[in-house]
This record gives sequence, C-alpha cells and structure tokens, in this order.
Amino acid sequence: MKALVSVKRVVDYNVRIQVKPDGSGVVTDGVKFSMNPFDEIAMEEAVRLKEKGKITEIIAVTIGGAKCEETLRTALAFGADRAVHVKEEGDIQPLTAAKALAAVFKKEGANLFLLGKQAIDDDANQTGQMVAALLDLPQATFASKVELEAAKVTVTREVDAGLETLELDLPAIVTTDLRLNEPRYLKLPDIMKAKKKPLEAISFESLGVTAAAGLKTAKVSAPPKRSKGVMVKTVDELVSALKAKGLV
Amino acid sequence: MNFTHEHQSLYDTTKKFVETEINPHVVEWEEAGLWPAHEVLKKMGDLGLLGISKPEAVGGLGLDYSYQVAFAEALGFCTCGGLPMAIGVQTDMATPALARFGSDYLKENFLKPAISGDQVAAIAVSEPGAGSDVAGIKTVARRVGDEYVISGSKMWITNGTQADWACLLANTGDAGADRHGSKSLIVVPLDAKGVDRKTKLDKLGQRSSDTALIFLDDVRVPVRNLIGEEGKGFVYQMQQFQEERLFLSASIIAAMERVLDDTAAYTRQRQAFGQSVLDNQYVQFRLSELKTEVEALRALTYRATDELVAGREASLLCSMAKLKSGRLARELTDACLQFWGGQGYMCESSVSQFYRDLRLHSIGGGADEVMLGIISKRLGYGGKRKAG
Repeated sequence: MKALVSVKRVVDYNVRIQVKPDGSGVVTDGVKFSMNPFDEIAMEEAVRLKEKGKITEIIAVTIGGAKCEETLRTALAFGADRAVHVKEEGDIQPLTAAKALAAVFKKEGANLFLLGKQAIDDDANQTGQMVAALLDLPQATFASKVELEAAKVTVTREVDAGLETLELDLPAIVTTDLRLNEPRYLKLPDIMKAKKKPLEAISFESLGVTAAAGLKTAKVSAPPKRSKGVMVKTVDELVSALKAKGLV
Repeated sequence: MNFTHEHQSLYDTTKKFVETEINPHVVEWEEAGLWPAHEVLKKMGDLGLLGISKPEAVGGLGLDYSYQVAFAEALGFCTCGGLPMAIGVQTDMATPALARFGSDYLKENFLKPAISGDQVAAIAVSEPGAGSDVAGIKTVARRVGDEYVISGSKMWITNGTQADWACLLANTGDAGADRHGSKSLIVVPLDAKGVDRKTKLDKLGQRSSDTALIFLDDVRVPVRNLIGEEGKGFVYQMQQFQEERLFLSASIIAAMERVLDDTAAYTRQRQAFGQSVLDNQYVQFRLSELKTEVEALRALTYRATDELVAGREASLLCSMAKLKSGRLARELTDACLQFWGGQGYMCESSVSQFYRDLRLHSIGGGADEVMLGIISKRLGYGGKRKAG
C-alpha cells in the first residue's frame, strides 16, 4: 500500500506577516519558511500508518521552486521513503496544483493521498477536493481520525453538528485537520539520513500539466488597524455606546 | 557559519523540545532547586541531541561543531538559564575529553550512556580553593596497585546531586614540582564508596540546576578509569574548555533576545509621565544598542565556531566570545531591569530571572579575568607571568 503526501512550503506560522508596499503580495525576503502545519499532520499520520504496518511506502511531493527541496527534506526526515519535486517557479494556483498532484498520484499508482486541509498562506482549502474531483475518487476532508484497512479507509471528520464517520473505498483522498495527531519531533539522525534519501525532480510538462491562470490577485492589503478605543465610566454608558453602534 | 537546512532542522527540533518539554516545568523546577536530569536527558538522547559532534561509533552523529552551536543557540529559548547550563555539562563540558582520549572501555561504559541519555554526567574540576585557577586544585589521586585512591573536595558541581559519574581532575603527580604536568582526568562513578554529595548549594540564580559540594574520602576507582595519559589532564581540560566556552556563548544569545523583546513589550504598555516608557527615545536607543551588541556577539560566536571547525587554533576567539557573552549578559539584563522598574525586581519577570541566571556566565567556565588573561597572552601583551 502506497501513500502520497503533499507538503507545501509556506511562511512560518510564527512570522509576523507584512504586506508589500505595492500591494502585490506579502514580504517573503528574509522570512522563515517551513512546512505547512496541516501537511505536517498529514505526514505524521502517514508515518504512523506505516509504523502500524498499514502502509509500505510513503512518497512526499511538493510543487514549487528550488527552495522547496528543503520542505521535502523535512518530509523525508519525518519518514517519507522518497520525494518528488515538481519544480516550477512562480505563482501556482490551486487548480494547477491539483492537476499536477493528481497526475503524480496516478503516475505513482498510490492508494491513499494524504494532505493538509488547507495551507496557512492562502487558506484556499481547495486542493484536496479538486484532486478528488479530477481523479473521480472518494474524498474525506477535515479528518480527525483515520483508520486504514486493506481496501477501505474509515475517516472521522469534524463537522458543525459533531463528528461524522465516512467509509471510503481506496484509492481515496483524505485531508487532515488540526486534531488528527501531534507531529513528532524530528530526530537528528533522521534529519541527517534525509539528505541521502532519493528525491526526483520533474516538471509540469512531464506530467502533461499546463499552468492555469484562472485567478488574478488584484490587491493584497493588511487588515485595517484597530482604532483607538474609548473609555466608558459606567455600565449604562457602555450599553448606550453599544446601542449607538447598533451592536446590541 | 553557514546555517544549512540541516542546521535549521536541528535548531527547530531543539527549540520545539525546549518549549514543550522544558519551559512548562521551569517554575516548578526552579522552586524545587532540582530538574529531573535523567528524564529530560533520556528524551533528548532519544532525539539524538546529546551526541551531535561525538563519533558515530559511540552513538553520536559525528557532525562538526557548527551543529553543536546551532543546538546551543536553540537551548537559549529556555525560560531560565539553569537548564541550558545543566544540559551543556552533559554535552560539552564533561564529555569532550572522554570522546577524544578515552579508552574503548571508558567510551563503552560512560560516554555511550551519556550520549543515549541513560546516564547523567558532571564535570568536577573546581574546588573550594581553586576555581578558575585550575592548576591550583588540591584533590589527590594516589595510585595503589591497579586503583586510584582519591581524596579531596569538588565545589560548584552542576548536576552533582544526581549525576551517575563525574569527569574529575585530580593530582596524580607532584603538584609542587610540576603544576601542570601533575594532573589527570579520571572518570569517577558518584555512587562509589567514600563519595559524599549531600550538600546541595544554595545559589543566587540557576536554581533549577542542582549544584553540589562533593567530598571524596579515599574513593577507590580502577586505573582503567583514567582518561588518556596520566599527567595530561590539565592539557585535556584546557582543550575541553574550548567547546565549553563556545557552548556557553551560544547558549545565552536567545535568552538575551528574549529579555530585550520582553522589555520592549513591557515598556510599550507601561505608562509613566503621560506616555509609555518606550516612547522615550533614550529607552529606544538603549534597546537598539543592546540588540546590536547581541548580533555582534552572535557574529563573534559564529566566527569562533568557524575557526574551531576548520581545525585552527581557536582559543583566542573562543575566549573573546566567552568574555563578551558574560559581560553583555550583565550589561543587558541590568539595563533592561532598570527600564522595568519595580516590576523588573519581581521574581516573575523574565528580566529578573536572567539577571540572576546569566550572572554566572562571567564566572563559570573560566571567569572574565581568566579570559582576559588568555586573550592578553595570545595577543602577546602579557603572558610572561610567573610560571603557573
């Protein structure tokens, strides 16, 4: 049983994001990048399934420029057996990413595709769903529990009303939510071993994918600054102030 | 120093470990005056963090010392100074000479378990009558048959109340005739008969790290516990100090940055005379200056690391980094505490924690004055002091 896990290189969650003065995006120069935390969870889940003997091979995949190799090395340190780097510079939109990932999934003949429910940079929350649609495969999103059998996967997912349990025939796409697991510490010996694990670089062209440009970023702007508050002396004053603003 | 992806990953793992496994317990351990060394070190050993630059044959990773510096720097995210110090004793103070000169027997029985985190190590050099003046130690190891019989006392021994063994410096020859050539490093199991380490010392800071006064009364240790050759102990120890000093410098950089960040945050919200304290240009300039100093210390530490990694004589730069880090820690914590005012004098503030904890850095691992002595000698300004 083969699992494919996609991992995205994003600005680290600890970084205070700054918008570029021209509004074309956010500042990425000299900023720390790391693996999308939701993808870390997907990676951790794959490794746990492998440790339980449910999976025999884990393939990590990413799309992006040369620097993304680091994210793949991190995935290899987690426990991926090998990595595929779809090496493409520039902005990659969700549909293009989904097409490329679907092509890799098919090419590898994987049974399970695990990925984060969304990436913390654009929060698009589309890739997993689109991969499933493109491949016409079952999907379970926002997984908080994953149980893998020989031909099916049982996924518990968090929905507004509570927990929903789905049973999917393999191959299937599963996107991971925050409470699925807690990613492990990377061990130093594994970090060093990851350097020597196989990493293959391919292109959109070799996958038969052309970059779609359906979306255009019009403008990126910072959230409005909070204006200075007003001090009120009494509860009555507070209530009338809230009423004046139409908040109560 | 080139921070590769692997350096960064090691740094991230260490930082995450510190923030998850250590920091939530710091207040409790500070109050207890003790940290669970065996438990914490075992977890670190499992992650491969205790033998970064030790040979692979003994369970280490065999990486160059720049990785160890990345590790030390990440340990600086501890919310106290005691833990990085106590961990550093295990990785960089008690074990370098053992790794370099120890016999296969010693490596198998003491170094390997220290790297896996199964044993806790201590370094026993200082004595009540000799700290930075290493050659002035009085502890004697007499050779009787195939044993050393050790008598004396060792002071300020980090991890001393719970360590399994100590790398101990003793006089095996006539110290009167040859101050330097009379010393040897010996591995002493601390459960040996005649070892008394009941005295836990009460310190100004670094309270979570236990520190002992150890008495040795005719402690018998097999001769095979000798590290390297007899009479070379002083030289081995001086060599071992390079790692120790570099580790110490790197391990407090992040702590100083934490104090600066916390000070900016506190003074930003603290109102005085109709504005926030940080609105005073004097405060802004002072913090900016100190941040610049910290970056300069980091650059110096990295440069010393490069020299050490390249195999060049690094004692000048290591001593400079050690001197600068201890002095800057004092200057920075003192300046910041002043900006905090009364709240800075409270134990709950990070600035008072590090004001106390980092004060040790101008004393331990060779005092500032010893560093200045080494630097003066290396630069040719002095060094013709009386033979000693």
